[in-house]
Amino acid sequence: MALDVLYFAWLRERIGQPRERIETDAATVRELVAQLAAMDEWHAAALSDLSAVRVALDQELADLDAPLGAAREVAFFPPMTGG
Amino acid sequence: MVARLQRDAFDIGEELRDFGAGAGAIVSFSGLVRAEGGRLVALEIEHYPGMTEKAMTAYGEAAAERFGLRDWRIIHRHGRLEAGETIMMVATAARHRRAAFDGAEYLMDWLKSRAPFWKREIGPAGPGAWVEARAEDEDALARW
Repeated sequence: MALDVLYFAWLRERIGQPRERIETDAATVRELVAQLAAMDEWHAAALSDLSAVRVALDQELADLDAPLGAAREVAFFPPMTGG
Repeated sequence: MVARLQRDAFDIGEELRDFGAGAGAIVSFSGLVRAEGGRLVALEIEHYPGMTEKAMTAYGEAAAERFGLRDWRIIHRHGRLEAGETIMMVATAARHRRAAFDGAEYLMDWLKSRAPFWKREIGPAGPGAWVEARAEDEDALARW
């Protein structure tokens, strides 16, 4: 399946783009992360410390072991700092 | 019952003018850009278009239900904000004081740690570090 993968804040900067379209067979977010990290050194560096990465599936917060299911959009970003 | 995301400045007095008619208690909080002793000229606030608006509305509705709020308002800005500018506000209206205070604190705790916003510092020499989330802010969610 094809997914839109979005990056925000320093993840966007380290990866070098705000979004990309990814073909994947990953069943979970964690499997997708492994695929992305294997793409090149920028992805690998940005996704090296997963304790600093938060995830949203179709704009709802999710955790790394969440199944991708029918999600169309996956976003990766650092812990939020609103307010 | 308003959640609004915007680039432009807003007038807190104007926002509160017709807010919470009939309530017995109104609480409002606003957050400003700190200069941090001159280290900081501005903040750049990034958001996740679509998800941010949904999260703001969801937390407002959750607070209304939990604390029996008669009205609530969340306004959060994005883009470049200079030191001293207002970043955001929340306001809550309830029958009694306790629900209004608790509702406002609940909204602030959720917005700080769970609404998709990211702040970056801009110093005299240009863009600097991304602001790191604080453990206290994460811990604050546990009480709800």
